[in-house]
Amino acid sequence: MDLASVIHPLLALTLAPLMLGVINRVKACVAGRSGPSVFQTYRDLRKLLAKGAVYSKTTTWVFRAAPPVTLAAILVTVLLLPLGSTAALVAFPGDLVLLAYLLGLARFFIVIGALDTGSSFEGMGASREVQFSALAEPVLLLALAALARETGSASLSEIYAGITATVWAQAGASLAMVIAALLAVFLAENARIPVDDPNTHLELTMIHEVMVLDNSGPDLAFIVYGASVKLWVLGSLLVGLMTPVRSEHVWLDTPVFLLGMFILAVLTGIIESTMARLRLLRVPQMLVGGGALAVFALVLVLR
Amino acid sequence: MPLLLTAIGLLMVGGLAALCLSRDSRRATIAGAGTAIGGCLIGFVQALAALGGGSLATLRWPWSVPYGSFFVQVDAVSAFFLVTIFAVCGLAAVYGIGYMRSFRERRSSGPPWFFFNLLVAGMALVVMARNGVLFLMAWEIMSLASFFLVTLEDEREEVRRAGWTYLVATHIGTAFLLALFVLLGRDSGSLDFDGFITASGVAHPSANLLFILALVGFGTKGGIMPLHVWLPEAHPAAPSHVSAIMSGVMIKTGIYGLLRTLTFLGPPPAWWGYLLVGIGLISGVLGVLFALAQHDLKRLLAYHSVENIGIIVLGLGLGLLGLSWHSTPLAVLGFGGGLLHVLNHAVFKSLLFLGAGSVLHSTGTREIDGLGGLLKPMPWTGAVFLIGAAAISGLPPLNGFASEFLIYLGAFRGIQSLSSPQLPALLAAIAGLALIGGLAAACFTKAFGTVFLGEPRTEHAHHAHECGPAMRWPMVILAAACGLIGLLSPFVVMAMAPVIESACGLPAIAVERSIVLTKPALDAVVVAGMVAALLLLVLNWIRNRLLATRPVTRSVTWDCGYARPTARMQYTASSFAQPLIQVFHVFLRTRTLLKKPLSYFPSEASLATHTPDICEDKLYRPAFLGTAKALSRLRWLQHGRVQVYILYIAITLLALLVWRLG
Repeated sequence: MDLASVIHPLLALTLAPLMLGVINRVKACVAGRSGPSVFQTYRDLRKLLAKGAVYSKTTTWVFRAAPPVTLAAILVTVLLLPLGSTAALVAFPGDLVLLAYLLGLARFFIVIGALDTGSSFEGMGASREVQFSALAEPVLLLALAALARETGSASLSEIYAGITATVWAQAGASLAMVIAALLAVFLAENARIPVDDPNTHLELTMIHEVMVLDNSGPDLAFIVYGASVKLWVLGSLLVGLMTPVRSEHVWLDTPVFLLGMFILAVLTGIIESTMARLRLLRVPQMLVGGGALAVFALVLVLR
Repeated sequence: MPLLLTAIGLLMVGGLAALCLSRDSRRATIAGAGTAIGGCLIGFVQALAALGGGSLATLRWPWSVPYGSFFVQVDAVSAFFLVTIFAVCGLAAVYGIGYMRSFRERRSSGPPWFFFNLLVAGMALVVMARNGVLFLMAWEIMSLASFFLVTLEDEREEVRRAGWTYLVATHIGTAFLLALFVLLGRDSGSLDFDGFITASGVAHPSANLLFILALVGFGTKGGIMPLHVWLPEAHPAAPSHVSAIMSGVMIKTGIYGLLRTLTFLGPPPAWWGYLLVGIGLISGVLGVLFALAQHDLKRLLAYHSVENIGIIVLGLGLGLLGLSWHSTPLAVLGFGGGLLHVLNHAVFKSLLFLGAGSVLHSTGTREIDGLGGLLKPMPWTGAVFLIGAAAISGLPPLNGFASEFLIYLGAFRGIQSLSSPQLPALLAAIAGLALIGGLAAACFTKAFGTVFLGEPRTEHAHHAHECGPAMRWPMVILAAACGLIGLLSPFVVMAMAPVIESACGLPAIAVERSIVLTKPALDAVVVAGMVAALLLLVLNWIRNRLLATRPVTRSVTWDCGYARPTARMQYTASSFAQPLIQVFHVFLRTRTLLKKPLSYFPSEASLATHTPDICEDKLYRPAFLGTAKALSRLRWLQHGRVQVYILYIAITLLALLVWRLG
C-alpha cells in the first residue's frame, strides 16, 4: 500500500464541506449577492454538533440509527477513491459495484429513517428518492462499465490510472458521453438542480431536504456532512475523467485534481443558477437520457 | 447416506403418525413437528458432512416399478440443495408449532403436519433421486403435498382459486418433465440418470428440444416469467411457514432440475445462455415491478421470489455463456453467483415470509396500507424483517450482496476480456441487476416503512403483539445467517467450489483457480463491511456522548402547524410506490378506480388501485378460455355414465394391444 493513497481520503473528509460552500458562493455571485462564506458548511456543522436534539414521539430506534449508518456507509466509499494514478486504499476488481451499493445502503437507511416519522412530507421525499435512485443506479454502472471496457479493468483505481491523455485522444467522444451520463447521476444523486432544489423550503418540491425535516442536532450534522462527502465521492469520479493528468507524481496530480473539483463546483453552481428545477415527471426522462448516453458510449467503445 | 434416508423415513413416519393422531391436535403436533425437526436436524448435519467430505454416496436397489429403480445419490450439488432444504424446513417447522396454534380451534393439526413432512421428504428425495420414475414420484409428492397445504384454509374462495391455479400449473410443468424423461430414456434405454450422461464434450443428439422441455417444466416450478402466474396466488394462500418453504426452497427444486438436466446435455450452445439471461432479466425486473405494485404483504413477497429466481437464472445464463465461449471465469462466477443466490434467497425469503406470518398472526391482516407502527409492539419481528429487507435489496455486507456481487464480477470480467459481439448480454446483465437492486430497495423500504414504521393506520395495527418464542427464534437464527453468510462469504464461496464444479462440469483445477481470484475482492468487501460497522459504532457513540449533557426532547413529528394530524394522513405504501408505477405503466397496467369528491360538501370519495398480472390477463386467460371453447365440442363424450367410461378404457386398451401386436 502506498502512503500517497491516504491523501485522497483525507482530502475528501476535510474538503467535502468546502465544495458545498463553493457551489453556494458561485450561486450567490451569479445572482448578484455577496453570499455566505465558502466555509459556511463547516460553521453549520459545528453549530449542529453543539446543539441538543428533538425526536418525534412516533420515531423508533430506526430513526436514530439512520444518520450514523448513512454516514458510516458513505465514509467507507472514500476508501475506494483513487487519485490520478495513485491507487485507492482499498482497490480490488469490482470495487465500483461496492461503491454503488454502499451508496445504496446509505440511501436505504435515510429513506426508512424518513418513513419512521410517519410524516407525509417525508414519505413523499422518500418516495421520490427511491424512484430517482433506482433509475440512476443502472446509469452509473453502465457508465463505469464503459470505462471498464475502455481501460480493461474492473477496479476504480486501475480504471482511473488508465484514463490518460492518450486514451482521451483515441476515445474522446465516448469519454465525453460517459462524463455527460455521470453528470446526470451526480446531479440526481446529490439532490442538485435540475432534479432537486437544495435551497427551497417548500416541502412539496423537495426530495433530500424534506427527508431530513425531522432530524436535528448531531443527527442533522451527520446527514449534512454525509451529503457533502457523497457529493465529493461522485464528483471525484467525474473529475478523474475530466483531468487526464497521470504524472505518477502525487504532488502534481493532486493540485490538478483539486483544481478539477473546484471547476466542477463552479460548474454545478452555474448549472444551478441558470436552470430551473425540472418537473418531477421529467426527471426520469433526464436519467433515461443519461442511460442512453452511457449506452452510446459503450457502442463507441465496442466498435 | 443411510442417515439421510433415515431422516426422510423419519419425516414420512412422523407425518403418518400425525395423521393417525388427528383427533388430538396436541399429540399430532408433537408427532409431526417433532419428527420434522428431528429429521431436518439429522438431514442437515449429514448433508453438511457430504458437502464438506465431497465423496459421492450412492445407493441402488432394484424396484418392481417398470423402468424404475430406487437409485439415490448425493453429489456436491445434491448436498448443497439438501443443506438449504433441511436448514430452512427445520426452522420453518419450529415456527409452525407456534403459528399453527391459532388454527387449532378451527381444525385438526394432524393433516397439515402430515403434508408438511411429506413436502419436506419429497423435496429431499427430488434432489437425491437418480432415476426418472423415482424423480417424478418425488416431484409429485412434493407438488401434491404443497397443494394440500396451500388449500388448508379451503373455506375461503380465493384460497380454493389459488389451489386450483397451482394444481393446473404444476401439472402442466410435470407434463413437460414427463416428455423430457421419456426422450432422455428413449436414447439411453434406461431411466437411470447415469445412463443419460453423454461422453464428455459431445452434445446430446436432441439437446435443444430437451433443453426447452426442461426449461418449461422446471421453470414452471421455479416461477420464471411468464410461467410464474401460480406463484403470487399460491404462496400467499398457504400458512406462512409453508409459504416460507415454498418460496424459500421448493421453487429452488426447479433450479436444481434445470442444473441436473444441463449436465446430461453436453456443451451448451450460446443461445441457451442468451435465453436464460433474457428470461432472468425479464423475471427480475418485472417481478420486482409487480411486487412494488402489490398491496398484500405476502403477495409482494411472492413476486419478489419471481425476481430472485430471475437473478439466479441470470447467473446461470451468464455461466452457460461462459461455458459456450470457453471463458472459465465467466462460467464459474455466473454459476457460483447463481448457486450462492439459491442459498441466500432461501435464507432471507423464508425469514421475510416468517416475519410476514408474525404480522398476519398478530394483526389479522396482510394489507400493507392497513398496518403501521408495528416496530414498537413487535420489536423482534421488526428488527429481523429489517435485516431480511436489507439482505434482499442486496445491501453490503449482508448475504444478498455477496451473490449479486459474484454475478457482477463475472460480467465485468467478461467485459474486460471478451470480444465485442459478446458484450451486449453482459451489459444488459449489469444494467438489469442495477435496476433490480434499486427497485428492490424501493419495494422493501416501502414494505418495511409502511408496516413497521410510523403510526398504526387501523385498528388491526393497534392491537399488535410480539409473537411467541417458537416463532421468534427461527427468525432470529435466519437473520443471523443473513449476516454470517455475508461476513463469511469468502469461505462460503471457497466451500462451494465442488458444487460449482459439478454443476458446470469444468475441471476442478480451473474452477479453483477462478474462485481463488475472487477471494481478494470478497475479502475486501468483508473488510469494508467491518469498517462500516466499526464506524457506525463510533459515530453512534459520538452522537450519544454529545447528547448526554444536552437537552433531548420528544415532540410530535413536524406537521406544518396543522392542528389535528391523524394517522390516516401518513403517506401510504400505494402513494410511496405510485411514481415508479407511473414510470413503468407500460408493463404494469395498474387499474385505478376513482370516485371523485363532488360538490362543495362531498360526502364520499374513494380511490382504489389494482394491478392484475399481465401474463395471466393477456396470455393465460385468453389461451385457457380458447382451449375450453375448442374442447367443449367434445363435451358429448362426457355424460357421466360410468359403464360407457369403462368401455372407452377397454376400447383404448384393445386399440393399443392391436397396435402393439400389429
